Parts: sequence; structure tokens; C-alpha cells
Amino acid sequence: MASNNSIKKTLIVAFALCIVCSVIVSTAAVALRPQQAFNQEADRKSNILQVAGLYQPGESITKQFEQVTPRAVDLRTGEYTDAVDPETYDQFSASRDPAQSRTLSGEKDIAGLSRQENYSVVYLVGDPQDPEQIILPVRGQGLWGLMRGYLALRGDANTIEGITFYSHSETPGLGGEVDNPKWKAQWDGKQIYPEGEVGEGRPEIALVKGGASGPTEVDALSGATLTSKGVTNLVQFWLSDAGFGNYLAKIRDSAEGA
Amino acid sequence: MSAATPKGVLITPIFKNNPIALQILGICSALAVTSSMSVSLVMALAVIAVTAFSNLFVSLIRNHIPSSIRIIVQMTIIASLVIVVDQVLKAYAYEMSKQLSVFVGLIITNCIVMGRAEAFAMQNGPVLSFLDGVGNGLGYGVILMIVGFFRELLGSGSLFGVTILTPVQDGGWYVPNGLMLLPPSAFFVIGLLIWVLRSVQPEQVEENEFKMKENTQPKEAV
Repeated sequence: MASNNSIKKTLIVAFALCIVCSVIVSTAAVALRPQQAFNQEADRKSNILQVAGLYQPGESITKQFEQVTPRAVDLRTGEYTDAVDPETYDQFSASRDPAQSRTLSGEKDIAGLSRQENYSVVYLVGDPQDPEQIILPVRGQGLWGLMRGYLALRGDANTIEGITFYSHSETPGLGGEVDNPKWKAQWDGKQIYPEGEVGEGRPEIALVKGGASGPTEVDALSGATLTSKGVTNLVQFWLSDAGFGNYLAKIRDSAEGA
Repeated sequence: MSAATPKGVLITPIFKNNPIALQILGICSALAVTSSMSVSLVMALAVIAVTAFSNLFVSLIRNHIPSSIRIIVQMTIIASLVIVVDQVLKAYAYEMSKQLSVFVGLIITNCIVMGRAEAFAMQNGPVLSFLDGVGNGLGYGVILMIVGFFRELLGSGSLFGVTILTPVQDGGWYVPNGLMLLPPSAFFVIGLLIWVLRSVQPEQVEENEFKMKENTQPKEAV
């Protein structure tokens, strides 16, 4: 096998192997991409359905998702917009594109985002004119990294239906308990402002230590002060005027008018 | 394994020459993915596929591999196969691939795969090598399933996600042992398994490499 070790043979084998392997890998990646994209989309949709409490395991997610209407909202004015297509709009990448986002400065940036997109998608359950539920994508810094999730509100735009995080890197067993169904169940029925009385400034919903009382308080996660703080900040940020505040105020007005 | 027979290479790695229990290879992933049986099963299938096909391909081109770059050639084949497996899992078992996360990618560094390619496939024909890969993958998988069985049953009171022992928080009597869900518990289970295997087959017990001298005076121990 001496000829195997000649420089020429070594180069030929290495080159041929690289070609063959890269063809195989790229074929697999390209051929399977549609299926993978479908899975990711289904995973995202099932998260939206779960936070709204509509998820039925075992049934087609695409079919279940038909009761949800995605709409794009201009976060600066709170109006619906047609500037972007809610089906394909990727707001996470938009938040990093200077043309489609703005910088958040110091004290306004309580959720630690540093940049915020101009448009966001919202998901409406039921009649889009008079939704039963409004599902808002939210995100913010936890202890170790960005936490991304959905917050579902009832039609009055003040009562919370649920919250879920689909991606976070909090400590398992401590901050990671944001995934705990028992903890998440507490959010059901909590209010952003007590009795729907919208005050000035920050929304009042918050995580508190040592036993939550009242409609705007949720138990903090034990042993995870910074994660709890992060959750409070991101929820307050996205419900304030910097986030969906203007949009939610319009919903409230139209609900009262009707 | 001087004269390798097809049946021999397929069966012996399962208990007699088990890659985890006797050769103590591939422990890291065995600790990480065995907290539930369904995840262990998918991981075992992935490793079987990778060992079998990497052995097959390495064996097919073994007479053309220059010895100076043979490890790199093996790694390239293994890495490509692992990426393909990872892509397939993402496409057809998305939930599973989310739970396995990085550990599918880490099959590349699993010593079993590399060990079989280097030790067996470089010297034997494609069919035998393929079977040897399946056998060693099975040996790995069997241990994974046994460890997964104990960890899931004692840690969450279920098997394959089906509740067997109703835990107290759902109104049952069983208090789940949280330690069993954490990686260290796999060490205990694997340790006990090795003990059982070596009691049944004493020929697996290794000879001591050196003998400890007895204490001649009680003072020495202090």
C-alpha cells in the first residue's frame, strides 16, 4: 500500500472525499428544508395556540390555526398596517435592521433589547374586528439571555389569558421554571391595570416575592430573582407605550364604544 | 475477535463486549440523553445508523485511504453522516430533535463510532463492518434503554411518557426521585449494570494492574 501514501494519492483521496461528502450533506439539507421549515412553523403556531389555551393535541396544527388571524401593527401609532405581510414578516430580524427599527435608550429600555422593530405581528383569535383574544409576541433579557414568548390577552385588552416562553436559557430548576405549567397557570385572569383603570406610566402587572395578592401580582419564581425581574420588565415593557400600549388603548376604546 | 463471523460481530458487542459496560466508551452521551426512554431510543437509533454506515463507508474505501490522513478521512465520513441524521431528525422527529439538541451533533465525538471505524472497518470487508457497526450500536442502545428505563421509571414514574407509578403531585402515592432525572444518576445505574454484567460473566473482570500493599501497622493508615 505504499502508493497510497504518495502525496498525489493523498490529495486525490482527500479531495474526492470532500466532494462526495459535501454533496451528500448539502443534498440532505436542501431536500429536507421544506419539511424542517414546516416543523418550525408548526412549533411556533402550537406555541401561539397553547398560550391562548386553544391547543388540542393530536389535531392538525394548520387546521387549528385557522381560528387565528395574524395582523401587523405599527408599534409607534398602534394602528394596523399593511406595510408588511404578517405571514412572512420576521420581526426578530427586523429589529436588527436599522431601516426597520429604532434604538432604545437607557431608561426606556427596561427589557434590555437595545433595538426595537417598528412593526410587530399580533395574533387575533375569533373575529378580527372584535377579537376574543389578542396574542402578543414578547421578548426581553432574563438572567442568561433573551427570553422569547407570547402573552395572550382577553378581548378587553386588560385581562391576561396566559404567557409562554418558547425560547430561553434560564437556569434549569430555578429560572427555567418559567416553563412550569403550574406557575404559568397563575397568569390566567391577572390584570394589567387593576379594575381596568388605565393609569399613567407603567403597567402594574408584576412578579412579587412572598405571595402574590391582588389582580396585578403574580408569584415570583423562587430562587430566580433576576429571571423574575426580567419577566416583569419584559411584560411591562411590551404593554407600555413603547410596546403595544398604543395599540391596546385603541382596542379598549373600540370595545367601550361598542 | 481473530476470526470474525457475521453472527459474532453482531451479537458479541451486546453483552459480551459491550462498548459502554466493558470498554467504557461513549459515557458522556449515555449520561445526558437517558432521562426518558423515548429520547434514549431515538439516540440509540441515531448511533446505530451512524456506526453502521460509517463502518460501511470506511470499509469500502479502506484500501485507498492513505494512512497519514486516515483519521481525518474517518472523521469526515462520520461527521457527514451525523449531519444527515441530524437533518432527518429535524425534518421527521422535530420534538425529539429539540430534546436531543446538541447531543445528536456530538455523536461525531462518540468514541464508539470512531473506535469501530479505526479498529474494525479498516481491516474488514464492508458487510462484516456494517454488521459490526450495527452490533456496537445495539450494544450502546441496549445500555441506553436499560438506563433510560430506570431513570424514567424512578425519576418521573413513567415509561415512554406513559404513567406507571402515579406521582404524588397528580394524586398518586409515588414520590419521584428527582436525582434520577439528573445526569449523575446515570453513573450509578451504569456502575450497577457493570457490576451485574461482570458477576454474570466473570471473564469480563479485568486483572488488577497493581496490587495494593496491606497495611502492616495501624499507624500507616493515619
